[in-house]
Amino acid sequence: MIHPSLIKKQRLIMLSLFVLIVLTIIVSMGLGYSTLSFDRLLPTLFGQGTFKENFVLFSVRLPRIIITLLAGMALALSGSILQGITRNDLADPGIVGINSGAGVAVALFFLFAPINAGSFIYLLPVMAFAGAVLTACLIYFFSYNRKTGLQPVKMVLMGVGFSMALSGVMVVLISSAPREKVDFISKWLAGSIWGADWPFIWALLPWLVILIPFTLYKANRLNLLSLNEPVAIGVGISLNKERIVLLLTAVALAASAVSVTGGIAFVGLMAPHIAKALVGPRNQMFIPVSILTGGWLLVLADTIGRQVADPDGLPAGIVVALIGAPYFIYLLLKK
Amino acid sequence: MKTKAERIPFIYKILAAVLLFIAIFVLAMVLGAADTSIKDVWSALTSSSDGEKLSIIREIRLPREIAAIFVGAALAVSGAIMQGMTRNPLADPGLLGLTAGANAALAVTIAFIPAVNYFGLMVACFIGAAVGAALVFGVSAVKRGGFSPLRIVLAGAAISAFLYAIADGVGITFKISKDVSMWTSGGLVGANWSQLQVIVPFIVVGIIIAMLLSKQLTILSLSEEVAVGLGQKTARIKAVLFVVTVMLAGASVALVGSLTFIGLMIPHIVRAIVGTDYRYTIPMSGLVGATFMMLADTLARTISAPYEAPVAAIVAVLGLPFFLVIVRKGGRSFL
Repeated sequence: MIHPSLIKKQRLIMLSLFVLIVLTIIVSMGLGYSTLSFDRLLPTLFGQGTFKENFVLFSVRLPRIIITLLAGMALALSGSILQGITRNDLADPGIVGINSGAGVAVALFFLFAPINAGSFIYLLPVMAFAGAVLTACLIYFFSYNRKTGLQPVKMVLMGVGFSMALSGVMVVLISSAPREKVDFISKWLAGSIWGADWPFIWALLPWLVILIPFTLYKANRLNLLSLNEPVAIGVGISLNKERIVLLLTAVALAASAVSVTGGIAFVGLMAPHIAKALVGPRNQMFIPVSILTGGWLLVLADTIGRQVADPDGLPAGIVVALIGAPYFIYLLLKK
Repeated sequence: MKTKAERIPFIYKILAAVLLFIAIFVLAMVLGAADTSIKDVWSALTSSSDGEKLSIIREIRLPREIAAIFVGAALAVSGAIMQGMTRNPLADPGLLGLTAGANAALAVTIAFIPAVNYFGLMVACFIGAAVGAALVFGVSAVKRGGFSPLRIVLAGAAISAFLYAIADGVGITFKISKDVSMWTSGGLVGANWSQLQVIVPFIVVGIIIAMLLSKQLTILSLSEEVAVGLGQKTARIKAVLFVVTVMLAGASVALVGSLTFIGLMIPHIVRAIVGTDYRYTIPMSGLVGATFMMLADTLARTISAPYEAPVAAIVAVLGLPFFLVIVRKGGRSFL
């Protein structure tokens, strides 16, 4: 039985987050390198804009905003799931090797493959996705045991081990690479939104449309999994099956997000904690809040990141940590 | 019921570790860019005669290996303390904000004072590490009954993310990511006797205190309630352990940059060998950490001699296979 006041509070928080997202999107559409005034936004949206306005809004800004929103949501959801199944507060999509695997794949591709201007933009996310999934599979393979099944502690340790080894590989690659290429790679790693175009949205959207309801449907099992093993088995959960299914969900979400945005670790780690601090640790309550928080944080971060510094801006992954961390510390102090 | 590994008395295990340590030490002294023999090493250490080879060994290799020994031991011991204190297998000394603080300070220094010399960078790192640790310490201690493991872990993760974002942001804006990453993956290139004189006392005192408190740490690692029930002043013990960790990790970070792998992995490897009693884990971690660090440094010096390979990469890549075997075979889960 969930206390009605808690439900009310959660609804309120969700509503305000939703409003915040909409506001941020509107502001974000109007701000940027080239001008598009706010009173022209609506006409342009409904097809009355000039060619330039149409181009700026529909080909540049809107896809980027949608991508950041979706990626933020996916990462936050993935982080929530992982923290639940591993029962570890430090778990984030990075521990299943997503970021480091994608990073090494991108670095290898960028340094050694012949660069073809036409296909490069599309191949880079594909490479990142392949790298991320491959690493996750390796981690799974090494932490799976035929007798005991999938042990979260082993998986977490394996994941960290692999991430670190891959970062090591990364350092070796970087140490032999020319400076300009290193700057590009480190920018990718810091999470500059790379794939801001409609095809990437269509690649990312289905994952979310299917997996968000699926996770919410599984929320109660996540609650039980995050208690402890004897309890979970005692109430009749097929421990191994649930873990694997949820793990796959988390990997799919994070890998698809990271492949288009670059390595953004912070959202997956902190959005669930922010949500838990707001509405408590019950999964069906905090997961929706966490998803919205993640989406909003990333859109906000990218909007800010695009305004400061040169036209390239600061990568969203950096800005999100700069604004998210102080807020999280504030929550921690208040609690 | 005892597992097979536990039947071998601790004394034999530590003897084996000491033998391995000595073997690696000799190896590290003999191998290098300059051609030397075991006889040279012996006369350099025992006689006072002069010669080019002897002074290479005395002035370059010996301080470097001693630095490797102390840094490896310090990182491994501080990692073991962190994991015991926070009861989180993912905790490492970097969680205290030291590494992230040092990184941020380093990036800012390189960006704004490009002409800074080696010593200046070291001072900057040390200050950054201190600031990072002070932030984490402050946030987790501010409330009454503070120092709950959860708070330390969360505050550490958030503050580290924040400081890393600063480091990355500055690196990307000023296009110096390569310099920063080369320094932080750095290693023991510049280790000399005068640095050692400053740093070694900190590490020695830290390790001695850690050994004295190891029994308390074992109790603390069980659970908060057990520790309080057994009459332990948990807040005081935790504060002392926290300071010890900062001392150990801070000294190492100032000397070699970020080497998270040792602090995180060595305690896990050691625990699989000697079990979870910290009276055994701490000395063994120190020994294994020192051995491992020497091995990694020797490889870094010799792989592409006379150039240096980044130690952080070697440590991570070399450590992974060990770690895979231990986690898979060890069977002993974390808690």
